[in-house]
Formats: sequence, C-alpha cells, structure tokens
Amino acid sequence: MEKRKIIIDPVTRVEGHGRVTLHLNEQNQLEEARLHIVEFRGFEKFVQGRPYWEAPVLVQRLCGICPVSHHLCAAKAIDQIVGVSDETLTPTGRKMRRMMHFGQVLQSHALHYFYLAAPDLLLGMNSDVASRNVVGLAQMNQELAKKGILLRKFGQEIIKATAGKKIHGISAVPGGIHKNMSDEEIQFFKDGKEVPSIEETIQWCLEVLEHYKTFHLKNQSDILSFDQLESNYLSLIGRDGALELYHGELRCVDKDGRKVIEDMDYLKYLDIYEEEVKEWSYMKFPFLKPLGAQKGWVRVGPLARINTCEYIDTPLAQKELESFRSHNGRMPHGTLLYHWARLIEILHCAEKIQELLDDEDIKGENLITKGTRTNTGIGFIEAPRGTLIHHYDVADDDQITKCNLIVSTTHNNTAMNSSVFQRAKQIWETNPDRGEEFLNEIEVAIRAYDPCLSCATHALGQMPLKVELRDFNDVEIRTFTR
Amino acid sequence: MSKIDITVDGVKFSVPENINLVEALSHQGIQVPTLCWYQGMDECLGTCRVCTVKVGGRHSAACTMKTQKDMTIEFDTDELKDLRRGVIELLFVEGNHYCPSCEKSGDCLLQAQAQDMEMTHSRFPYEFNNYDLDFSGKNILLERNRCVHCKRCTELFSDDEGHKVFSFIGKGAETRVVFDHEREKKLSPHKAKEAMDLCPVGAILVKGQGFSKPYGERKYEKEPLWEKK
Repeated sequence: MEKRKIIIDPVTRVEGHGRVTLHLNEQNQLEEARLHIVEFRGFEKFVQGRPYWEAPVLVQRLCGICPVSHHLCAAKAIDQIVGVSDETLTPTGRKMRRMMHFGQVLQSHALHYFYLAAPDLLLGMNSDVASRNVVGLAQMNQELAKKGILLRKFGQEIIKATAGKKIHGISAVPGGIHKNMSDEEIQFFKDGKEVPSIEETIQWCLEVLEHYKTFHLKNQSDILSFDQLESNYLSLIGRDGALELYHGELRCVDKDGRKVIEDMDYLKYLDIYEEEVKEWSYMKFPFLKPLGAQKGWVRVGPLARINTCEYIDTPLAQKELESFRSHNGRMPHGTLLYHWARLIEILHCAEKIQELLDDEDIKGENLITKGTRTNTGIGFIEAPRGTLIHHYDVADDDQITKCNLIVSTTHNNTAMNSSVFQRAKQIWETNPDRGEEFLNEIEVAIRAYDPCLSCATHALGQMPLKVELRDFNDVEIRTFTR
Repeated sequence: MSKIDITVDGVKFSVPENINLVEALSHQGIQVPTLCWYQGMDECLGTCRVCTVKVGGRHSAACTMKTQKDMTIEFDTDELKDLRRGVIELLFVEGNHYCPSCEKSGDCLLQAQAQDMEMTHSRFPYEFNNYDLDFSGKNILLERNRCVHCKRCTELFSDDEGHKVFSFIGKGAETRVVFDHEREKKLSPHKAKEAMDLCPVGAILVKGQGFSKPYGERKYEKEPLWEKK
C-alpha cells in the first residue's frame, strides 16, 4: 500500500484560515499531522520605517478579536523606548490599561466559549453542523446563550470605556494612557441599565462555571480521553506565583509542574527563546533554547496559566481554581480542560474589573510619564490565547528598524499539531471511514486552543479549515472541506 | 463697507463688497468646502481647488475670488459637487492615507471633507507612490505620504523669530516638502504643535506625541463639518 494524505480545508469556527493534512504511510497508518497556516500578512516587515509611537495603533490591526492585547503589548514595549516601565507608569495609566486588558480577556473568552466552543460541547461534536453554533445553542438553552452574549458585550463596553472603541482603540500611548474614566462611565457598569452590572456579571460567570462543571462531571471520561498532551506550560506570573494577565515575570513549568525556567525578567527572553521555521506553514515554531527544539515547545493560554500559577488573587476565582484542581489534579494535561480554565479566567477578570471600578485612581488626571529614551522595547502580555511578545528596535531618529511578534497561537503551534495528530490517530485506527467526524473532532482539538491564525501569521482572511489525505508521493487522495 | 448683491444658485444675497468669496458665503450660511483655506486667513493659497465653484459660468477656486457686484455663482449643483469630490478623491489616490493608523485621524481636514462629501471610495486607481518620511528633525516628523501640497506650512508658518521653516523642493510630481534643519531644531514645543495643527492632514507631526486625544475629543468629532451646514 502507498503512503496517503487526508486534507481538511478549511478549519471552521476559529479565527483565521488553516488547513490540516494527515499523512499516511505504506501500512495505511497515520504517520504525521500538520496544521498549515496559509495566510501571510507581513506586519513585522511593514512596520519597519514607521515612527515608534504608531506601533500600538498600527500593529493591533492584525487582529479583530484581541486587538487590545496587541495594542497593550506594543504599548508596553514602546514604554521602554520612552524610558518607562510598568512600575513607573502613573497609577491611572497602569490601572486603565489593566482594566482594558481584563475587558479584552473577558470578551474574547466569552466569544470563544459561547460562540465557538460551547456548540461542540453542549450540542455534541457530531451533531448537525447546520445548528452547531450559537443560534443552535440559544435554541437549546436560551438563558445560557443570552448570558454568554451579554457577558461578551460587558467586556466590549469595558474596552470602549478604556480604549475609546470596542475594536482598535487608541488610548495606550507611549508612557501611559490618554484618557481616564469619568463618574458616568463608571456608573454605566454599576447601575445595570444598559449592560449587566458588574455584580450581575460576576454572578453570571459563576452560573456559567456551575453549568460547565455539571456538564464536565457528566462527560468527564470523554473530555479527558479526548486528548491528553503532556507538555511544558509557559505564562507570565504575578507576585508570589499569582495568576497574572497583564504584567509579571516569565515562568515555565514542565509536565510535572517543575520549573524549567525560573521566574525571570521577560526582557531577557532572547536568552531562552528561539524560533524554528518549517516549509509547510507561515507560522513559526518557537521553543525554549535550554530544552532544544524537540522538547522545548510549550503550551500557553488559560490551561497553561492555571497550571503555572500557585493561586488566584481574587476570592471567587481562587475558589474555582481549588475546585478545578480537586477534580483534575495539580497538573492536568487534558486539552479540553482549556475550556474550564477559560471560564475561571472570565470570573477572575470580572472580579478584577470590579476592584478597579471602585479604585479612585482610574479617575486620576496624571496620565502620562516619560523617562530616558532607549532603542529597544520588549513587551510581554498574557493575551486571551496565551503569552504574547512584541519586540521593537528603534533608531535614534525614532523610526522602527526591527519588529518581532511572537503571538500566543505561535507558541501553541507544536502543541496543536500534536493534538491534531493524537486525535486523528485515534479516529483513524478505530474507523478510518469516518468523514464528517474527522472534521468535527480535529476541529474540536484545534478549537480548544482558541487559535487566532491571523494573529499567528499576522495574516488576512477568513478562517475556515480543510483536511487533506495524501499518499507517500504527496498525491492527494481525499479532501474534507466544509 | 458697502454692500453689493450677488446671486448664488439663483438666490440673491447682499454681502460686503471685495471680501473673500468663501467667507462671504459662509456668512450667508453656505459652507464651501476648503482644504488649503481657513477662516481668518489673510491671503488665499488657491492650491487645493477643493472650493471650486462656477463664477459667471467659469470654474474658479472660491477662495481666490473677491465679492463683486452682480456676481453669479453656481455652488450646490450635482456637477460641482461631483467635481469637488473628485478633487478629494484625487488627493487620496495620489498620497498614501491610512486613516486608522494616522495620528491626525479625527483632526484631519481631508478626512473630514471626504466624510462630509460621503466619499466611500475613490473612482480613480490608487497610485501607491513611494514617498520618504523625514525622520531627521529634532521636533518634527515629515510624513510625506500624507502631504497634499497645500502650502500652508511653507507660506503661513514661521518660527518665533519670523523665519520660514518649511519649503518645497523639486518640481511637478517630484515636489516635496522639506524643512530648514537649523530652524526646525530650535522650534519650541509650542511652535512645533502650531505647525502640526496648521497642517490640514497628518504630514507634519510632533515627534513622540502619538495619539494624544481620545475618541470624541478630536476636532471634527466635536465639531463635524456637516453640522455647520
């Protein structure tokens, strides 16, 4: 028998455009799986020659889902160009940016869970594709879908109040922020008239978590057996090991929770990072130098953050973390656990927003600070999908001479390929004739990471998926598309 | 000042004699779109032609005309509206204007006029010309992708000592704005900001300032051109 290849193209309900190829050997066994990212945008190139202060506004255009993360990560990097660090930002600048980021993570996670992932989980990953979406979810559980939509809206309104617009705001400027929050804007989130109040938002987060946990416990064996991927986990980490989404040190732990990178200043990331390029994808493969390309790949995002942190510094989310760990252990590796972790983070963000809405500093007038001009700026942030890195070199005359972006989805590149392989292998070995189910389950595995392929390649376009089956001569045998 | 009668689109108006036509029409509630000209300007530049009207049946830049007895002006006709929008469209295709990442977005008169004229696209092909940015200034960045060659900076701006700072070099399509490096270096922050504000587009930028105003606080969001009509 000849080597063959299966193609899934396009992958659906993810952000961006991807394709999966499954390679079969002469014995008709699955040999390799590749998630190809076929978009190319070139932001790193065309930002060169632009003035440094444009970066936070320009680069965020590579994404419509998590532009705030790019906006803030670039702003953190550009802060260094003007001699400012997170520690020297004004309290108003720092807290407004943090609030913006919590709004971003909340809305992005709500979008992913309710619009992209929950239809698979709650309606069944092999249910009718025509109704496996948020509308189908609303038909099944109107109240849950409504809360999901309004939770996302709450996050978007927080972004609008802090960044100026729900998508592609402009408020983070070198050394700070150009707006504070007025009493009216704060009241908007407390009175519950136009959006759920912050108290109601927190309550809904708890209800959604309860709903998920009930589902999880009923389907635990399926969820955990879907894909177990032992990996390293990387994230920023807060003081004393607290979960941190905006600013902190860099921590990496191995599959057993041992620190493989001691908590380090992320400005030194080049000491431990390297990126590999493969000919079949526009997405790079970053890895930790001390561990090498084979073993140095990591997973980032909600599950990684939950696994790297010691605790969560908001009480309700901490309680949920304890519940998560009591069910799944201290270092769980189930890929579908990303969803549970994501819901804990939604709750954490809502609690943090509540704290900040009560903080007088967000109304402060001291918005921007400056320091001594430098030529290199490095920003790290925990974007909804994981650790995001922006690195800029700026000449003395203020033009950007180099830009490197390592986005969350890029970090998860090897992991996504591994998850696709594991899932495809399991299906192929039990029933190779399952066409639609191939698509569904492979997509579910990819979707758990909530990848943004546009961000990852800094690319343009929609994100549908295609699976190709190819023989050992690379001749296409079967293609599954939707 | 003696008053005279003029006719605009068939309607008679009594206006002061020998004043700028754009200003005279403005006092009658008729807002002629402009780009190089602004209220209070002593001398017109007449460079952009965005204010084109017909006077006595001939196309003329309104900012270059003075009110004269029995002037007959056509302004609000489909032909002239299309022509004025065509001028704006040509400016967009000749330069490289990316409003979403431009510091002057919301404060930009070209953008405001395009919005006011409901320009959704250009009927002309984009030229994607290559323009250099001039980063050599101490205070000011020249973003030539956005320059509309209106001459506001070269004709109307001077430093604290009264010296011109900006000038044009080259001819025709090669014309580009430059500055005197010695004088630019000595500009006070206040003067640099004045130059940036004088530029109707985002070609003159104060270095390092970035996006200083929140949405809603920018000039043409606070006072949209179309609300003046």
